[in-house]
Amino acid sequence: MKAKRIILTLIAAIAAVNMSLFAQSGYQVGDNARDFRLKSVGGKMISMADQAEVKGYLLIFSCNTCPYVVAYEDRMIALHNTYAPKGFPVIAINPNDAARSAGDSFENMKIRAKSKNFPFPYVHDETQAVAKAYGATNTPQVYLVVKEGSDFVVNYIGAIDNNYRDASDVTKRYVEEALEAILAGEAIKEANTKAIGCTINGGNHNRLC
Amino acid sequence: MFILFHIVFLLGVAVSAVPSAIAPPVKVISFAEFEQLVENPSDKIRVYNFWATWCAPCVKEMPVFEKVSAEDGTVALIFISMDDGRRPERVSAFMERKGIKSDVYLLDDVDYNSWINKVSEKWSGAIPATLFVTPNGKRLFHEGEMDEQELKAIISRLK
Repeated sequence: MKAKRIILTLIAAIAAVNMSLFAQSGYQVGDNARDFRLKSVGGKMISMADQAEVKGYLLIFSCNTCPYVVAYEDRMIALHNTYAPKGFPVIAINPNDAARSAGDSFENMKIRAKSKNFPFPYVHDETQAVAKAYGATNTPQVYLVVKEGSDFVVNYIGAIDNNYRDASDVTKRYVEEALEAILAGEAIKEANTKAIGCTINGGNHNRLC
Repeated sequence: MFILFHIVFLLGVAVSAVPSAIAPPVKVISFAEFEQLVENPSDKIRVYNFWATWCAPCVKEMPVFEKVSAEDGTVALIFISMDDGRRPERVSAFMERKGIKSDVYLLDDVDYNSWINKVSEKWSGAIPATLFVTPNGKRLFHEGEMDEQELKAIISRLK
């Protein structure tokens, strides 16, 4: 009986370790991304499955408080306006814990969305469950997912482009290039990019390598 | 005469106030210069802390890094700012205000994807992040905020 309990405890411990490792690594390009049901600043609950006619989504982990995000807001709007009609609308996801970052409260998200007149849903990942499942680490970070049947397959993870400071100095438009490749039925040249960004508050990512 | 004395006195106050109001400029460097910095031989464990003035967890951990490096002669602390390279004076003023004494460089290269993996393949790009380099060139990378205990534990592991 005692031995059984020890074995069960061990199994639980191993499972917990595996889960935490999995949660830290998140999705890679090629993985199926899980859907979510998150509250938008408009009041509605938003899921990827809601829009039957889309080809996919530009999921952008975003927030109110990060200067990099602020620098990219107009480009996020432009991406939505260009690619939503082509089947790839933006959903902006704020995974910051409002308890740690008051500027990221749902009320402040509403204010930000209104003042920038976001044409896309801006949803709150209050528990950071979506950010953790995806492995999002910093904002802004894009997960480009393509719909395949009822699945959403990750095709690109990374930055919007290679110059947050000045849109006119951009030389590599990662997200646009990925979208154009998908729309043309070609392979994406750069499917993973990195950028300096704001750590997602409340995410327990703390890694030693 | 009295008025003249006052003018001289006021001028003196103004001049003496200048050095504390304008901190020495933070040196703006390219990624190549950063790599050079890392590759320069040193007999100390170098701790390169990537941060920015607007990054709350970064600012929070800075005094801890300052304290640990001040107490441990085998450690050299270098802050690498990710702030706007067009405005290094903002970083200088910040260091002055916080009383930070360690070396500070502003790494001005916004083409992040071109160099993040060269610092560490394991770096997502989130800050704070810290690169440790031992005298014999061994590297260790840490992403995320650290407290005093964690920082000391890593340093002692590298000794």
